[in-house]
Amino acid sequence: MSASRPLPRWADIVLLPAINLFMAFLVSGLVVLMIGENPLEAITVIIYGAFGYGDGFGYTLYYATNFIFTGLAVAVAAHAGLFNIGGDGQAYVAGLGAIVVALALDQTHWLIAMPLAVLAAGAVGGFWAFVPGWLQAKRGSHVVITTIMFNFIAAALMVYMVNRVLKPATTMAPESETIDIGGRVPQLRQFFSFFGYSPVNLSIVIAVLALIGVYILVWHTKFGYAMRVLGKNPTASRYAGISNSRMIMITMTISGALAGMVAINEVMGVQNRLVLDYVAGAGFVGIAVALMGRNHPVGIALAALLFGALYQGGQELQFVIPAVTREMIVVIQALVILFTGAMEGLFRPALERSFMLFTPEQKAEAIAVSSAKTEG
Amino acid sequence: MSGNDTMNPQRPETAAASPPPSGWAIELEKINKRFGAVHANKDIDLAVQRGTIHGIVGENGAGKSTLMSILYGFYTADSGVIRVNGVEHAITDSRHALALGIGMVHQHFMLVDNFSVLENIVLGAEDSGFLAPSLARGRTELKRLAAEYNLDVDPDALIEDISVGQQQRVEILKALYRGAETLILDEPTGVLTPKEADDLFRVLRTLREQGKTVILITHKLREIMAITDSVSVMRQGQMVATVKTAETSPEALAELMVGRHVLLRVEKGPSNPGKTMLEVQNLVVADDMGIVRVKNVSFSVRAGEIVGIAGVSGNGQSELLESISGMRDQRRGDVLLSGNPLSLKGDDGAARARTAGLAHVPEDRLRMGLVTSFQEWENAILGYQNSPDYGAGPFLDIGAAKRKAAEHIETFDVRPADINLKTALFSGGNQQKIVLAREMDRNPDVLVVGQPTRGVDIGAIEFIHNQIIKMRDAGKAILLVSVELDEIRSLADRILVMFDGEIVGEADPATATEGELGLMMAGIGKDHAAAPASKNGQEISS
Repeated sequence: MSASRPLPRWADIVLLPAINLFMAFLVSGLVVLMIGENPLEAITVIIYGAFGYGDGFGYTLYYATNFIFTGLAVAVAAHAGLFNIGGDGQAYVAGLGAIVVALALDQTHWLIAMPLAVLAAGAVGGFWAFVPGWLQAKRGSHVVITTIMFNFIAAALMVYMVNRVLKPATTMAPESETIDIGGRVPQLRQFFSFFGYSPVNLSIVIAVLALIGVYILVWHTKFGYAMRVLGKNPTASRYAGISNSRMIMITMTISGALAGMVAINEVMGVQNRLVLDYVAGAGFVGIAVALMGRNHPVGIALAALLFGALYQGGQELQFVIPAVTREMIVVIQALVILFTGAMEGLFRPALERSFMLFTPEQKAEAIAVSSAKTEG
Repeated sequence: MSGNDTMNPQRPETAAASPPPSGWAIELEKINKRFGAVHANKDIDLAVQRGTIHGIVGENGAGKSTLMSILYGFYTADSGVIRVNGVEHAITDSRHALALGIGMVHQHFMLVDNFSVLENIVLGAEDSGFLAPSLARGRTELKRLAAEYNLDVDPDALIEDISVGQQQRVEILKALYRGAETLILDEPTGVLTPKEADDLFRVLRTLREQGKTVILITHKLREIMAITDSVSVMRQGQMVATVKTAETSPEALAELMVGRHVLLRVEKGPSNPGKTMLEVQNLVVADDMGIVRVKNVSFSVRAGEIVGIAGVSGNGQSELLESISGMRDQRRGDVLLSGNPLSLKGDDGAARARTAGLAHVPEDRLRMGLVTSFQEWENAILGYQNSPDYGAGPFLDIGAAKRKAAEHIETFDVRPADINLKTALFSGGNQQKIVLAREMDRNPDVLVVGQPTRGVDIGAIEFIHNQIIKMRDAGKAILLVSVELDEIRSLADRILVMFDGEIVGEADPATATEGELGLMMAGIGKDHAAAPASKNGQEISS
């Protein structure tokens, strides 16, 4: 009977993530304290490392680029009520599309190679998500299960492709041929020396375009409308004449294509070749990013920046305070993911209650809703 | 809302006139409850005599549920006095209410489906950590209660195997087992067939004979007339009147509830049917489990007529509606619109049905007809989202959609008139108006309507019925499915009765009696319909 009412928008978007983040840092601080280091010093190092100087900020942006793509992939699927946790695998196999185009066109110009590689990586990543989508739409196999299984298939497939197909006979390392300059995505440092030696590259422009594109897709197109109807009420979408099966397949394909953009950033912007495991868990960070960003492009951009900063600042921390080992950094990152992602709703009920207490209008509204339901 | 606010908050003085052999079971005095700006209960006085059945009526949002929640300990009143059996109590929670002998039977049952009747009754009232002694005691006690109140249920049957009416008995038994002297029933007949409702009333009468007190919350005036001793009417948070049932009429109560004169009978002229618009031929439809629910059904609806499908809920009406409107694939058979077969296969069949000129007001607006988390304007285009009216090409013209929504709100008097409000925050009647406005706006040839007034308050019912009749008079073919027999009888020009997936009979609403229809609905053919009509005071029309 206690009527809970959704939080006001600003509290949902700003206050709750801020509380979660604060809690994550609080617990992380305790961990740092436990190993005998100063938490305040640690956080200063992280912030300075992530934003304090050009190289560091460049790295932050480079990580954030990946997280924007994978975060958007999760968000687009989520709007249609689908939980795509296969971003990792989709980003990984998309590398095949990127490398084939990049190697084929590396004697031309990046203006030719990059757009085509975007299409190719999107197509391969999209296909990798389309299959689970098709299985759910036509066979009822849940995408949560199939997408995660496709991550393993992707990993095995890529080991085979890199070692048996793409590796030149002359190299020993498991990697493809190196892309020549015409097939590489230009680095931002070529335009702004501020970024030092950091690997942030023009892929970030694609990321920004993707953010805008997803916003338009979800809220300003008929397809996005249908997607949201399906996500909120699949029976109503059937009533509205929306083909749920077709929506599921198309949405999953878009989601996979977005995840596939990670390949542009990594293969053509950073590694300049296809290596093993270059996604490095970005697909899973994308889940936390989407959750924290409330599936909204603005939120995703901010959350991606946060996680980028955490990755970069963490590296820095490890360097400055040797007692904080690599494993400790992972613990801190995991705590942030835990609080902002997995336990995202931990403080929601308490926050909702306090809002009920402090704002009478909202309280009245909540009661009106609950009584309308019980009397209906 | 209207001007003639001649309401005159009466004290429950009528009750004082009757001899008080047993005194007051419940007395509420000057109960006030505010939720911020909303004054949900204003100076409510209510006195319920022990050993009587007391009805409380009022529209959605009138404050009935709040008042009962205060009595049952869900909320605490801001001010006011509650007396139980003459003793003042500050009821803090529902456990406290139970200890005072106040039990509640909720509209939605709170039972564990895969537990037996006995287990459900004992659940939460066990004597100790061990189950066996509690169950043994429960069984004896249950046998005694069943005998005393005529409440027969098999203690070992699983909840999921017994009918809805039986489940309700279990809820009542649960309250009695916990020592309830006063029972609050919240919209108890909403889920029952007419027969089950009769059974419930018999039980309530037995309870009254045994000295229990019953508070009945309902919006069905005929039930109030049939069973209560006295009735209180609430409107906009106030107790408008408390009267003896014998001294009032449904019309008078409806007027008190709404605050203006309400037509309970729908006024409509004779129908003027034209050519056949909707034709259903040998339709066979299965449900999600693969069980055939519609068995070879054929009928037709002509332009300018309302064909009503009567029947007890669950006899294939839902599947029939869903199939005709393209939401569910048919196994066999055809649906023809103006003689052209509709292609309904595939999961976007509803889109093709709409394009062909068939609009659908679904049975369950919350589950199908609306996305409740959307803003109102977003629901104003649901089903028509691909129309070029709402943007060329792939883009959605939000401005056009909002203009359309505002237009709907204007013509159908949706309140509050706010296109940006979340749809869940509208009342049931206004939500239904949002759906109706959307489906009628396109001027469809055929309108398929399921349960148009389920959970809708009286004022809105009148409006909705008039809109449906207006559609008919404009020469549209209307198929109406409702489990409210009164609604079918007053709206339809022709009644088809559905039982067990088949159309078992056709009747003329002008001549068919409720008894005849009731027998057909129970699967007993029209030929045998000579049996007398039901006798439970049901002939009071509402």
